[in-house]
Amino acid sequence: MAVTESAVESNNALSPRRSFQGMIFTLQQYWARQGCVIVQPYDMEMGAGTFHPATALRALGPKPWRAAYVQPSRRPGDGRYGENPNRLQHFYQFQVILKPSPDDMQKLYLESLRIIGIDTANHDIRFVEDDWESPTLGAWGLGWEVWCDGMEITQFTYFQQVGGFDCRPVCGELTYGMERLAMYIQGVDNVYALNFNGRDGAERISYGDLFVQAEREYSRFNFDSADTGVLFRHFEDAERQCAALVQAGCGDDGRHLMALPAYDQCIRASHLFNLLDARAALSVTDRQSYILRVRELAKACAGAWLKTQGGGVDHG
Amino acid sequence: MAELLLEVFSEDIPARMQVKAADDLRRLVTAALAEAGLDHEGARAFATPRRLALSVSGLPAYQPDRREEKRGPRVGANAKAVKGFLDSLGPGMSLEDCEIREDKKGPRYIAILNRPGRPSPELIAEIVPAIIARFPWPKSMRWGAGDFRWVRPLRSILCVFDGETVPFEVAGLKSGHTTQGHRFMAPKTIGVSRLDDYEPALKAANVMLDHDERAQAIGNGARNLAFAQGLELIEDDDLIAENAGLVEWPVTLAGRFDEAFLALPPEVIVTALKAHQKCFALHDRKRSCRFGGAAALANSYILVADIEAEDGGRRIVAGNNRVIAARLADARFFFDSDRKRPLADMAKALETVRFHQKLGSMADKTNRVAALAGGIAELIDADREKAISAAKLAKADLVSGMVGEFPELQGVMGRYYALEQGIDEQICDAMAEHYRPQGVYDALPTSRIAKAVAMADKLDTLIGFWAIEETPTGSRDPYALRRAAIGIIRIIVDGGLRLHLGALIAQHQTRFAPELARDGLACDRLACDRLARNLLSFFAERLKAYLRDKGARHDLVDAVLAADRHDDPVSILRKVEALDAFLKTDDGLNLLAGVKRAGNILRIEEKKHGAIHNDMPDRSLFAEEPEIALGAAMDHVAIQSGAAIAKEEFHAGLASIATLRKAIDRFFDAVMVNVDDEAIRINRLRLLNRIREVTVAIADFAKIEG
Repeated sequence: MAVTESAVESNNALSPRRSFQGMIFTLQQYWARQGCVIVQPYDMEMGAGTFHPATALRALGPKPWRAAYVQPSRRPGDGRYGENPNRLQHFYQFQVILKPSPDDMQKLYLESLRIIGIDTANHDIRFVEDDWESPTLGAWGLGWEVWCDGMEITQFTYFQQVGGFDCRPVCGELTYGMERLAMYIQGVDNVYALNFNGRDGAERISYGDLFVQAEREYSRFNFDSADTGVLFRHFEDAERQCAALVQAGCGDDGRHLMALPAYDQCIRASHLFNLLDARAALSVTDRQSYILRVRELAKACAGAWLKTQGGGVDHG
Repeated sequence: MAELLLEVFSEDIPARMQVKAADDLRRLVTAALAEAGLDHEGARAFATPRRLALSVSGLPAYQPDRREEKRGPRVGANAKAVKGFLDSLGPGMSLEDCEIREDKKGPRYIAILNRPGRPSPELIAEIVPAIIARFPWPKSMRWGAGDFRWVRPLRSILCVFDGETVPFEVAGLKSGHTTQGHRFMAPKTIGVSRLDDYEPALKAANVMLDHDERAQAIGNGARNLAFAQGLELIEDDDLIAENAGLVEWPVTLAGRFDEAFLALPPEVIVTALKAHQKCFALHDRKRSCRFGGAAALANSYILVADIEAEDGGRRIVAGNNRVIAARLADARFFFDSDRKRPLADMAKALETVRFHQKLGSMADKTNRVAALAGGIAELIDADREKAISAAKLAKADLVSGMVGEFPELQGVMGRYYALEQGIDEQICDAMAEHYRPQGVYDALPTSRIAKAVAMADKLDTLIGFWAIEETPTGSRDPYALRRAAIGIIRIIVDGGLRLHLGALIAQHQTRFAPELARDGLACDRLACDRLARNLLSFFAERLKAYLRDKGARHDLVDAVLAADRHDDPVSILRKVEALDAFLKTDDGLNLLAGVKRAGNILRIEEKKHGAIHNDMPDRSLFAEEPEIALGAAMDHVAIQSGAAIAKEEFHAGLASIATLRKAIDRFFDAVMVNVDDEAIRINRLRLLNRIREVTVAIADFAKIEG
């Protein structure tokens, strides 16, 4: 703890005040100290950290679970060809998942803000009502968007349902919007101006150095060049494969043997849907029906997961 | 006399739920106490973002003693029955404790139970947990490993009676006598025993308990900060109330944004400040507004924080300034890019926006509304071509970037974009105003053009949803159809506009044919008639509610509606008014009695013989003088009142009918209706029917009370 606190105040390149990566390290260490396993990002494209199986699946079932991780998140429709100071089609979420949600969850969260350099005696922190819902995951919860001086920095949710199943016990989820938080802490108005590695001069690597080219290229892909025929086809493949795996994985003893690979296909379908949406390839009605199709997959996978060891089959 | 102090402390309660929750807590607890025989003198409830609190004063220390009687078995019943009864009364009871009373079946044991009043805390320990366990939150949740539900996780309960903790357990929490102060400024534990300690102790710990006090502090603080800069607060009670629900310790601060943003329309700035940031906009009287209107905005605003920062709020203001600058920069981006696009282009893009799955696109709707608006314009003496043009562009801004970001600016943005593109000002204003009125209190559209478009838009929505049978049920009205109908009624009645809704509905329905055909829905004559009938009676219900709110007698409204095609709200309103005035006169009351008597006789006879007597009476069968006189008077009045009513001179029509009063009274005094001669009997019933007929042109008098 002492190490991190001095990091906040010092001119250390890894201070969360000086570098994006320092902020990540600091949060990881803090939440590791709260008993979270620091898992790594999931190796698939997804719209939010919630889709990571460490949240979407582990939130279900009776087993206690504490995890934290960074998840690169892709929202193809939010790309702006690198020209908007706030909007990105690829960004980082820092995700914390605590099951069952502890009684002092708000306190733990506020402490995490202090540790990355937000002085709660001089900033205005507010918990503003926000009912969270993911139509594609069939998930919802109650909680807040957390404001710091009028800016939303975190989504704080007590999950009530995932994949249409009740969360028992309830798990608490924190989703930090890392770019916004870093912009706030570093005091910059343009995301690309963020200092990523905390160094100065020639050694300085900015967020723009790392990502502006990617933003431009992926915006072209997402909006202009993605082959919608291929995307439609892949969506259907993923959907079919997911349903087939849910079916094939049903063991004789009532257990499920392929919940995780099935869920990968659900993640894939969801991202393909987002790409189709960004390409404006879906009418309003189509859009609704694709959301429902993904939700059906999510529900089937959640049901399968609950029949596995991770889902608590052997939990006493 | 003692006081009960209760505080339910939780994680942050949504702002919009707090006031009602405090009220529910007061209502439920005081009702349950009264039910237990614990009367109180006063009760006050409070809510902050983290707590609901209640003080009930003037409570007794004990419940009053109660005497209860329980009916037992008959005297001489078998021993088993007697034992069972005694056991059910509790330990130590014997037949000695029973009286013997006679009832219809003989003597019976009655146990007399003198139940001493229980101590109030004992009762409170039962009442409070039960109320917390089934509290009427609009939405509640579980947390942790438990199954208990509250609006957000429950963290502590304070419950003190007469200075002592009332012990109980809720959701695994033991009640106590402590609470906490402000989350950041005074998080320490505070012990309290009564409201007189609690409220000041909280204030010392930076919590203002009373919502109204916080609201007042916010209003005053904001006004003072504005005044200090020579500016004026744009008053907004809803925004004050919302902020009062977001803070325990309100601190108002003044922020600024770049003057260049004042090039944005004021509605955009006010909305950006309010909708996203919950901040107050300010007027600057020294500036002139480039968009017209009385006062220009200032490039300052007021924010409400929940903390007295150590640096005086410098960093909080700086942070908010940055967020607001980013919001306004977004808005400016939308404003600039929207203006590069002709409105006609946006209107074309409505083809890709769905109105409703079964009712086509917004472009389809726009075309229908334009046709209907043109028709209505002609009927209400508005410029037909302008109404059509306004209707064609009215929804175009829905595809603009600005309205995508700030939906509440629909209409307003269309007007700005249209003005800039040199479109006729009346058309522009009608585009903005066609959404009005949004509710019972919202302003009405001002020009006749705007009225035509506003009514056409709403009527199109109503007819569409009636055609696909998605009509409101109970409290479910997802498309706000009741509001649409009330809106049309308000526009019509307020402007004294003469429209026949039935004809408009019949004519407009045919415009849905292509959309309905796609879903295989019929649009034939039969379906159309049914729809018109149902929709008109929906209008009648709304009109009834509307007139009741305006203080009209509900029985008169019912009476007029029962005799009307529900088609012309203004005519209905005038009939109700005329009837109301008429029934305040003696003539009116007497006539009412006569007409009702005639109606009753007819109803009884019609029921008895299953015949309806609506033919004209045969003058040659009149036998007695009062009958001849009434027949003659009827002939005269039918013509006279008919002519007046046709001209909508309802007062004159009723006055004419009132002249029948004497003839009717004489008829009932002197003439028997139920005579043996069938022909004469029927002829007299036909005469009575004529009385009913002349009055039914205005109202069904049978529905009038008195």
